[in-house]
Amino acid sequence: MADILLSAKDIKIRFGGVVAADGINLDVLEGESLAIIGPNGAGKTTFLNISTGYLRPQGGTVTFLGQDITAQLPRTITRLGIARAFQIPQLFLDQTVMENMLIAAASRRGNPSGFQALSALPEVPEMERLLDLVGVRAYAQRTAREMPEGQRKLVDIALALALKPKLLLMDEPTSGVASSEKLEIMDILTTALAKEKVTSVFVEHDMDMVERYAHRVAVWNVGKIQKIGTPAEVLADPRVREQVIGI
Amino acid sequence: MMARVKPITTVAIVFFLVSAAAPLFVSSWATLFALILAKGIVVLGIVLLLQAGQVSFGHAMFFASGAYAAAFWGKFVGGGDILLFLVLGGVSSTIFGLIVGLFVVRYREIFFGMLNLAFSMVLWSLLEKMFRVTNGADGIRVPRPSLLGFSFTPETFQYVILYLSLLVAVAAFYGVQRYLDSPLGHMLRAIKSNETRLEYLGMSARRVLLAGYVISAFLGGIGGTLVAIIQQIATPEFAFWTKSGEFVFIAILGGSAHAFGAFAGAAMFECVRFYAAAHLVDSWQLILGVVLIVIILYAPNGLIGLRQRYGQAKQGGY
Repeated sequence: MADILLSAKDIKIRFGGVVAADGINLDVLEGESLAIIGPNGAGKTTFLNISTGYLRPQGGTVTFLGQDITAQLPRTITRLGIARAFQIPQLFLDQTVMENMLIAAASRRGNPSGFQALSALPEVPEMERLLDLVGVRAYAQRTAREMPEGQRKLVDIALALALKPKLLLMDEPTSGVASSEKLEIMDILTTALAKEKVTSVFVEHDMDMVERYAHRVAVWNVGKIQKIGTPAEVLADPRVREQVIGI
Repeated sequence: MMARVKPITTVAIVFFLVSAAAPLFVSSWATLFALILAKGIVVLGIVLLLQAGQVSFGHAMFFASGAYAAAFWGKFVGGGDILLFLVLGGVSSTIFGLIVGLFVVRYREIFFGMLNLAFSMVLWSLLEKMFRVTNGADGIRVPRPSLLGFSFTPETFQYVILYLSLLVAVAAFYGVQRYLDSPLGHMLRAIKSNETRLEYLGMSARRVLLAGYVISAFLGGIGGTLVAIIQQIATPEFAFWTKSGEFVFIAILGGSAHAFGAFAGAAMFECVRFYAAAHLVDSWQLILGVVLIVIILYAPNGLIGLRQRYGQAKQGGY
């Protein structure tokens, strides 16, 4: 059995009358690719927000590699090895893609310099390789603002990978991407994650993507995990099919 | 990118050379250029904070702390050396900047600007009210200091302080431009475009801003010390909000995309004031007001943005 990387125990949070987490228990295993599916408002993104310290749960604990991270700041959790990619790409739009990557590299290295040029960091070749890996190297010298949305998404993921995380949490990596490009992007992504040996959790709405790329699937429903298992098991469940997939 | 930066470096070098040479021909320019350079150093600090999208409406407090560091030495100890004054001004404003910075870097935009304003007005009131220590609104005279033990006649001294200001200005210009190109400088700009992402890369945005803030306070202090020596006085006006406004004005006039913007703006500002004040007495503010409107409407990137603007127009944009 693989080691447990991230472990959520009895997570509870509500926003007014909305229950976003009502006793979530989940273990993320090292090396796996775990998909989170569920209807809108089921608490999928809330789970990512809690795991990265953006929200503090009203009950329960999250541990990462055995360390309690429940009340930690996002930057502390990032430093421990959990990186996050966003549903809407979060980039430094006025800076070039390469500068974006090098800011991530400088953050990872810590104690950033105020005198040495950013472009002279020894991580330049490594960042070029990462941009190559996600297929946006051609944009390296363009500002992030000039990029098409689908490509920005890849840079967003590359920024997370630049931190050399142990765990990558992704919120709908293929949303906002044309359906013809989804497979290509997920292929690129899966290869990159396997190559960098990064465990991943991704929220996804497209069942084709889930079937193809996830090792395990967790189904969220009204703040609870309704079912968890292999894609085949989960997608065969009639209740899941009816409530989540809508068939 | 490099090709776009280089011409402006050339313009900067030409500017510094002119500052060194022109006053040799017209002696009244020695003080004018010394003031331009000293103010430019202060405005460099404003330019630094503008990278993070933050405008301080209270930076005159550091300007004043640098000026009063020299003035207090003269008043309570007596005598003094320019280099000693610069060290005192730099150290006091850095410490002051660190203390104020710990509070203000928690806030952004209008709250950041106003909190700075509030701190600076507290300092202004103290300088006005603590009459026994500060002489109140009269200010403290700063007698002409020596340099490394040498004393000078007023005629020579104006050149001594000019070249010293030039030396400090070139060093500050170089340092700030290096900072803007460095990881910390880029992170400062990242605060403007996406602070959340910066935190998610594992950085503390507050700490990044604090580093920039303390440097900008230091530059404000050094500039204040120089101006106090040039004008031979430090008054509470140095800390007043209109002074802070003047620095922001100069930064916007010059442009914040490059460290040279601070000096381009200061040169324009001081020249208009120097000549317009002589000919139009009370209406030099009017001229500067019109200049600022024109800049904001037609050159939002300031004086240093003009060249890029027309350069791009020729090439048909990006």
